[in-house]
Amino acid sequence: MKRYRSKKEQDQTILRTATNYLLPVLLLFSVFVLLRGHYLSGGGFVGGLIASIAFVLHSFAYSTKQTLSLFQFSPMALIPAGLALSILSGLLPVLLGLPFMTGVWFADSVAVIGSVGTALFFDIGVYLVVIGVVLTILFTIAENV
Amino acid sequence: MISNFILAPIFAHMFTAVLLMFFWKRVQAQKIISIIGNSIAFIMCWRLFSATWKYGNITLQLGGWEAPFGITFVSDTLSAVMVLLTAIVSLSVGIYSTSAINISRIKYGYFFIYHFLIMGLMGAFLTGDIFNLYVWFEVVIISSFVLLTLGGKKRQMEGAVKYVTMNMLASVIFLTAIGILYGITGSLNIADLANQVAIIENRGLVTVTSLLFFVGFGIKSAVFPLYFWLPSSYHTPPSAIGAIFGGLLTKMGVYSLFRVFTIIFKPDDFILQVFIVIAILTMISGAFGVINKRNIRRILSYFIVCHIGYLIAGIGLYTELAFVGVIFYLIHDVIVKSNLFMMSGLIQKIRETQDITRLGGLYKDYPKLSLIFAVILFSLVGIPPLSGFWPKIMLFQEAFVQKQYVLLGTLIFASFITLFIVARIWSEVFWKDLLKPNSEEIDHFAPFSKSGKIALILPITALAGVSLYIGLNAPVIIEVSERVAHEMKNPSIYIDAVMKNLK
Repeated sequence: MKRYRSKKEQDQTILRTATNYLLPVLLLFSVFVLLRGHYLSGGGFVGGLIASIAFVLHSFAYSTKQTLSLFQFSPMALIPAGLALSILSGLLPVLLGLPFMTGVWFADSVAVIGSVGTALFFDIGVYLVVIGVVLTILFTIAENV
Repeated sequence: MISNFILAPIFAHMFTAVLLMFFWKRVQAQKIISIIGNSIAFIMCWRLFSATWKYGNITLQLGGWEAPFGITFVSDTLSAVMVLLTAIVSLSVGIYSTSAINISRIKYGYFFIYHFLIMGLMGAFLTGDIFNLYVWFEVVIISSFVLLTLGGKKRQMEGAVKYVTMNMLASVIFLTAIGILYGITGSLNIADLANQVAIIENRGLVTVTSLLFFVGFGIKSAVFPLYFWLPSSYHTPPSAIGAIFGGLLTKMGVYSLFRVFTIIFKPDDFILQVFIVIAILTMISGAFGVINKRNIRRILSYFIVCHIGYLIAGIGLYTELAFVGVIFYLIHDVIVKSNLFMMSGLIQKIRETQDITRLGGLYKDYPKLSLIFAVILFSLVGIPPLSGFWPKIMLFQEAFVQKQYVLLGTLIFASFITLFIVARIWSEVFWKDLLKPNSEEIDHFAPFSKSGKIALILPITALAGVSLYIGLNAPVIIEVSERVAHEMKNPSIYIDAVMKNLK
């Protein structure tokens, strides 16, 4: 049994080494897709999926437990946080007397990110919710199998 | 009038749901947050109703996109009435749930899903966009799937399979109908659709599309012939969930029928005839279904089917007075049906069974409670001063004036069966002596803490009070119903509110 496990670990050396480099790259890519999303294809939903794929890959290479230990908190906590962020970004124009979900933008655009407005925060909220939901579902299934 | 306030009822529940997620496993905190959230939402809904009553239709263009393109939210009197009813029921059932739902269900997110369900209902009643209506329907049915299966008993799963299958089918048909409508008009805004559909020359296609809508909404509101999913699933979840389902979910389908067939389509004689025939068959199948049932909640499920027939009959008559009757009946029915399900839950707590032949002696053991139950049961039948009486009289009268004698006969027949079954429940459950000695029956209600008992009884009493109010202050309700009926007969009020109120 012990020999089998060590063999399995040996088999995974390549995957693990690759994952160590792929995880940050995938996360960076997911942020890129998120920011790109306003005018081009991409956005919070796709970005969130890519980010969760990064963690799923990590959980394949190591184990669900070790992946969860990358988080300081349960991924489930991302769901309400993301939802709250999305709703609040929709509510901001209401405070300014505009209809709900009207896009409100800063006059100056920020370097790299581009123009910053409520739509971006809404998308970040979606991004967080997607990561939270996907990881919660997958890890719950992984624990029960 | 344009106002962001129209979204307040939706947000009140959305915020409550999000807040509940932060307190995932803390049961006590969840109960308190849920009650506070429900109360705030109730106040919002009341204010929305009074604002709509005072200032006329309130509209909002989401994100500032103009009418036929953006998503519209409209609160006309019908929407405001439905929202207010939802708020009343959700507050009562929310309080009832804190004591009636067991802790493990709350730990798996009962209240969270509950608020999402109510949010979906609010959204469905307030939206003025047909595709957005579909989205809210999905929010509601996905939440209801979770509520139906929460707890994971075998019986629940069996009910859920039927429920999910039929509702998915209904959604597909509804979506197909929207697709066709979009294909022939190029619009999704309900007010804009009304204008576009009126000028289409291919009337055959319009009729077919309207019938597709009727089938889709018909399955959801459990009309003949596709009603069987309702009696086979509604008795499986806990009674608090049954109260929300029985009171509000089928009424959402009826509400959508009102919207689609008063604003978008002008039904011709053929469609009206279809409505009346379906209504008659629904009432008869519901009435026959109810006769041989012994479980209280199964009886209630068939009552829902039977009484949906009244509402469909009202649309089939398509006169202003019939609409007054239908809206009055809707208001009465939502309150009473929810309350009956809560009552059945309380009876189960007291006697641990819902089989009316095994129950008995409730009047002897709990006389005051039985009086409240009597008010609820006899409101359902419509014994004269109570709430069911007035709308039934209006419907009878209108069916007679319109010379729909078969319909009139069926309405009276269905009322008679309701009376017969309610009388039987009363005599079996309340008057009859218990077959077994009392000590053998397990009373789960007596050991409850005082606050637990109040949480169970207060909502039932409050809703019974609302029923009494509806019955005794009928002129007020008739005034509201008349205004709704007037708006339903004159859809230009709704259309103008959306199309001409651009900023």
